[in-house]
Amino acid sequence: MKSAIRISGVLAAAALCLGLSGSTGLAKEEGATPHYPIKHPHHLHWSFAGPFGHWDTAQLQRGLKVYKEVCSACHSLRLVAFRDLEALGYSEEQVKAFAAGFTVKDGPNAEGEMFERPGRPSDRFPSPYANVEAAAAANNGAAPPDFSLLAKARGVSRGFPTFIFDAFTLYAEGGPDYIHSLLTGYEKAPEGVEISEGSNYNPYFAGGPALAMAAPISDGQVEYDDGTKATVDQMARDVAAFMMWAAEPNLVERKALGFRVMVFLVLFAALTYLVKKKVWAGLKEKTA
Amino acid sequence: MSEGHSTYAPQNGVMKWLDARLPLPRLIYNSFVAYPVPRNLNSWYTFGGILTMMLAAQILTGIVLAMHYVANTAMAFDSVEHIMRDVNYGWLMRRLHATGASMFFIAVYVHMFRGLYYGSYKAPREMLWILGVLIYLLMMMTAFMGYVLPWGQMSFWGATVITGFFSAIPWIGTGIQEFLLGGYAVDNATLNRFFSLHYLLPFMIAGVVVLHVWALHVTGQTNPTGVEVKNFRTETVPFSPYATMKDAFAMVLFLILFAWFVFYQPDYLGHPDNYIEANPLKTPSHIVPEWYFLPFYAILRAITFNISIPFTDVVLIDSKLGGVIAMFASILVLFFLPWLDTSKVRSAKYRPLYRQFFWIFVAVCIFLGWLGSKPAEGIYPLLALIGTIYYFAHFLLIMPWLGWVEKTRPVPASIADAVLAK
Repeated sequence: MKSAIRISGVLAAAALCLGLSGSTGLAKEEGATPHYPIKHPHHLHWSFAGPFGHWDTAQLQRGLKVYKEVCSACHSLRLVAFRDLEALGYSEEQVKAFAAGFTVKDGPNAEGEMFERPGRPSDRFPSPYANVEAAAAANNGAAPPDFSLLAKARGVSRGFPTFIFDAFTLYAEGGPDYIHSLLTGYEKAPEGVEISEGSNYNPYFAGGPALAMAAPISDGQVEYDDGTKATVDQMARDVAAFMMWAAEPNLVERKALGFRVMVFLVLFAALTYLVKKKVWAGLKEKTA
Repeated sequence: MSEGHSTYAPQNGVMKWLDARLPLPRLIYNSFVAYPVPRNLNSWYTFGGILTMMLAAQILTGIVLAMHYVANTAMAFDSVEHIMRDVNYGWLMRRLHATGASMFFIAVYVHMFRGLYYGSYKAPREMLWILGVLIYLLMMMTAFMGYVLPWGQMSFWGATVITGFFSAIPWIGTGIQEFLLGGYAVDNATLNRFFSLHYLLPFMIAGVVVLHVWALHVTGQTNPTGVEVKNFRTETVPFSPYATMKDAFAMVLFLILFAWFVFYQPDYLGHPDNYIEANPLKTPSHIVPEWYFLPFYAILRAITFNISIPFTDVVLIDSKLGGVIAMFASILVLFFLPWLDTSKVRSAKYRPLYRQFFWIFVAVCIFLGWLGSKPAEGIYPLLALIGTIYYFAHFLLIMPWLGWVEKTRPVPASIADAVLAK
């Protein structure tokens, strides 16, 4: 008991010494930031969702076309090589021809000069700007982000308890859902919402009420080779799917391997359980 | 449970020759075949084996990743993407390693809470517990440095925030911070030393694990009754095949959970911002550590006030230092747990009051984890402060107090009695 008295004595002394200047804590609470995005992204159905997800190669080809004809004017895709496009259902020859349509900077040559040449399958998508500074300078100070990983680098926090359900329902399409909602979500700023000049109101934008990029696609902007009607919604879906592929080219391979691993592990678990049961059953006989 | 005599008998001439010179097979036989374990261990006792498996898996995948990774600020981010896109099965190695870190922490938390529930830290197992806390500390350091290596936005800003703690220490803090960083800010020197240490620390963990297992084998395992083994013949079973088969089954079940995340939800436990390359000029709107650090992050941010001499403006401990002290203390307090628990009874099974406080403590830890994921604004810092006070009260007040006031239930005379009572 003596030690208890000593401990409580020390604690009481400590409590007396605490001059808590609580004002600093209160000041922080007032400047709470409003929460963005204003609207949560729509849930769409994606062919690559779920444990048996697969690429819809026709959709990826359409998405590539949207990227090439619209987005690539400002957005780079620096981690994706032309050779990777064979995964979209193109033949080696088609990829070669596609790559040759780009001009790539190479060098230095034997004379020490940099030179330009047509693209090869081993090249990566050339960037529209020489560097980030040039990209920012050409776009009102906001450099357009690279597309290579954007579908994984964007995602709206799902909050409790939805995020727990996601672990079981295997929801992992927050990136493409966000991109689609953003591309189709531009609207006129509502009364009373002030946005800075040169920015565009979009309630789905995660970084604030408005973003530097104006609505990038409009109906019929691209002419699809497979005859699909090029609505804004369709193009947004297609380019979001393409971006998911660009961000994770192994996604389908991963899920397919996962299924085989799961089947193996479940069978292995059953076998291990039976052996364990047999071993322990022997013990009971011994001591009985 | 060193029974004193070894039952190992070398079978042939070669083994006899070796046994007389380097009795390694004898050591292995005594430790992993004949070693007696209480026969009433439940499934919660399989996590030691699972953790050993995870350590081995992390080291193996890590060695492969290190063959392709480049520890340079200009190339680190792209080299990780090179692993993901171009290296054969590189995506698998990287997913196994990154998700494996989370699985490692899931397993270690179950293992630690099991120890808390059954009083596994109590005499004579204080060294076993202390070595365990040491492993946990090393794991945290390793995981933190590993998270910096991909050089994404969260890598960079997480490293900036965490190394910034040290600058809160008066007088020498800035010096320590610069020493850790190898400069004035997180940069190439930081990335290089973190890579070097991230490769070194797992082997130090493996070394402490050997000591941990050694200490375990000296005192023997606890068991759900908390009663020591009295009769080796009736109350224990040899490690092999009994414990090995049980552990193997638990490992396969754990691998199913592991595979679920690796193959179907690999980004679930990470943060999207880490797919953006580190940019020292652009702070993410909301810096959060990995999920397994969230309770400690909440404790760090719970201290929002300065502690000063009353009625003066003399600040003794400013809020930043206060948060850092609270966070480090929240781990250091674990080292003293064997002496803070004053109860004569080991297992929560016979401690009705402690059992309730145990579950409240688990809930508070999860609550703190949730608060750690929230921005430090509005009501959250206050809730975090309440959670933090409870966290420390659990160890410093409730544990000593329970030993005096708790009416424990009768403890069985032996494991055999407890098993027969069923």
